[in-house]
Amino acid sequence: MRGDRRLFSGLDLSLAAGTYLQVTGPNGSGKTSLLRILCGLLAPAEGEIKWQGESIRSLAEDFFTSVTYLGHRHGVKDELSAIENLRISNALNGIVVTKDRAREVLARMGLAGRESLPARLLSEGQRRRVALGRLLTCNTKLWLLDEVLTSLDKSAVDLIRSLIEEHLASGGIAIVATHQDLAIAAGSSQRLELAT
Amino acid sequence: MNLYKYASPATFYPLAGKMIPWFAIPSAILFAVGMYVGFFVAPTDFQQGDAYRIIFIHVPAAWMGMFLYVLMAIYAGIGWAFNARLASMMASALAITGAMFTLLSLVTGALWGKPTWGTYWAWDARMTSTLILLFLYIGFISLQSAIDDTRRADRAGAVLALVGVINVPIIYFSVQWWNTLHQGASIRILGKPTIAAPMLAAMLIMLAACWFYSVAIVLIRLRCIILEREQNASRFAEVNV
Amino acid sequence: MLRWIVWRDLTLAWRRRADILSTVFFFIIVVSLFPLGIGPETELLRSIAPGVIWVAALLASMLSLNRLFANDHQDGTLEQLLLTPQPVFMVVLGKVLAHWIVSEIPLVLIAPLVGLQFDIPNDTLWILVLSLLIGTPVLSLIGSVGAALTLGLRGGGVLISILVLPLYIPALIFGAGAVEASIMGTTPAPHLYLLGASAIVSLIFSPWATAAALRISVE
Repeated sequence: MRGDRRLFSGLDLSLAAGTYLQVTGPNGSGKTSLLRILCGLLAPAEGEIKWQGESIRSLAEDFFTSVTYLGHRHGVKDELSAIENLRISNALNGIVVTKDRAREVLARMGLAGRESLPARLLSEGQRRRVALGRLLTCNTKLWLLDEVLTSLDKSAVDLIRSLIEEHLASGGIAIVATHQDLAIAAGSSQRLELAT
Repeated sequence: MNLYKYASPATFYPLAGKMIPWFAIPSAILFAVGMYVGFFVAPTDFQQGDAYRIIFIHVPAAWMGMFLYVLMAIYAGIGWAFNARLASMMASALAITGAMFTLLSLVTGALWGKPTWGTYWAWDARMTSTLILLFLYIGFISLQSAIDDTRRADRAGAVLALVGVINVPIIYFSVQWWNTLHQGASIRILGKPTIAAPMLAAMLIMLAACWFYSVAIVLIRLRCIILEREQNASRFAEVNV
Repeated sequence: MLRWIVWRDLTLAWRRRADILSTVFFFIIVVSLFPLGIGPETELLRSIAPGVIWVAALLASMLSLNRLFANDHQDGTLEQLLLTPQPVFMVVLGKVLAHWIVSEIPLVLIAPLVGLQFDIPNDTLWILVLSLLIGTPVLSLIGSVGAALTLGLRGGGVLISILVLPLYIPALIFGAGAVEASIMGTTPAPHLYLLGASAIVSLIFSPWATAAALRISVE
């Protein structure tokens, strides 16, 4: 529901480990709302979300240890450098990332040499790469990625694909809202199309 | 689709329509009786003359203002905790009536103050607390009207109303405290009028009248809110005014 | 975890130090306006000083409240904070603590200087500082509820003052009362105890209410 408007209903699906789910649909069809419902930011008007057989409402904070959500607002602080952004966002999730490890991650994200620049000096695509760097350190089972491919170049998209493939191979689940087909090779691939 | 949740405003709408006359008519009668007793039966006060007769509206209005705030917070809290939309709508409907009674008690208090204390506003503890209560109502109403999404408006209003309810006793106490420390600046009522039986009767009748009036007007407003919201959801085509 | 949030917000505030200074200057300017509007009689100024300084502190902390969650909301970090595996009220507590250090402590420190403008006696200056030290956490805590409720609304700045200022009244009464009692030569202790009690009550209820409000506003 957005405002008093019904976006989707009668949605019933369960995903096994190693599944890639692509959520597509025209603008305004509720892709973002669905992802926000799945991560618990938004309460569904009806129905419930279960994680490993338990409702995420009753799991509360425990659920967040197994989920990483990246929204289309990337959640990178302009005033902090790429390294600080990465370290703090991980620390807040209870994961200690050393400076060396952060450098390593950023290098893999193609940001070598720019680690210490304040994020406001980075381009939109580079900031998104910083945000996506969390996928390498987060160690969570469920990834919810909302329109993360916007403003990323070809090499970055390839990088995301390989990240997701590694994730699926290790038994993770990735739910991605995007218009682009990622052509994921690993795991089992599903598609959910939302209509307006 | 949980039918119960959506059916309740829809089934309540005609029910509210049937209930309104049962409160509106007694309210009119009670007002008339209360006014008659207040103006013609109750004796003239030997200290304040006839000016005191404004208490027959002032005191019930002040009581209603306070009572409706608590009631509003309870409804808002229920609406938030149990996701009951009708209760949230009830809270929004109550807010305006409560604010109106609070304003009425301030205005009548000021009018009463002029002949008794010689000034319209004396920063008396009760008047000040009532003024702050009006601010709390205004905060609730402006917050709800600033939010377009009704669900968020209901819940945000509930948080504010509950925070307000926790604060009301603290505010009342602090104003009392402040007032006793600055007694020199304020003027006390010159001896409370001794309550004669007809005075008390008039006051209670007027209180009942205000109470019946509130129920009737809140139900009318609730019906408007139901129509407005359900129209947005275009789920209410068959209900006409 | 709390440590990280506080550290993060302090770092962010430090990188935007101009914001801190603007709150402090606002406080000083507002207080300085009163003698200009009222006249320079020392006796009168001394008697209104507690109220004036406390009201200016309320308004100054009001101004800084807008920044409490708005920036994080804009760049999406607030959502990330709500999704961390810790209770939301811990996040709130951390942010409020940082807000208090960044926006309120400077006011407490500058207050004696401002007090001199009003010819407040030296002993009373200490009471002024003490009352602000106990009272400003109340402002940050209650203010955070307003900031969370008005997150992302149009006209949020004015709205937040309508919501929060009436709730600040007990802190104002007890805080200014303590300073006034000290000027009058009576003991400020009861006022300060009551102010402390308000601080404890708001510490118990506010983070919880703010957490609920944040969840509602972020939806």
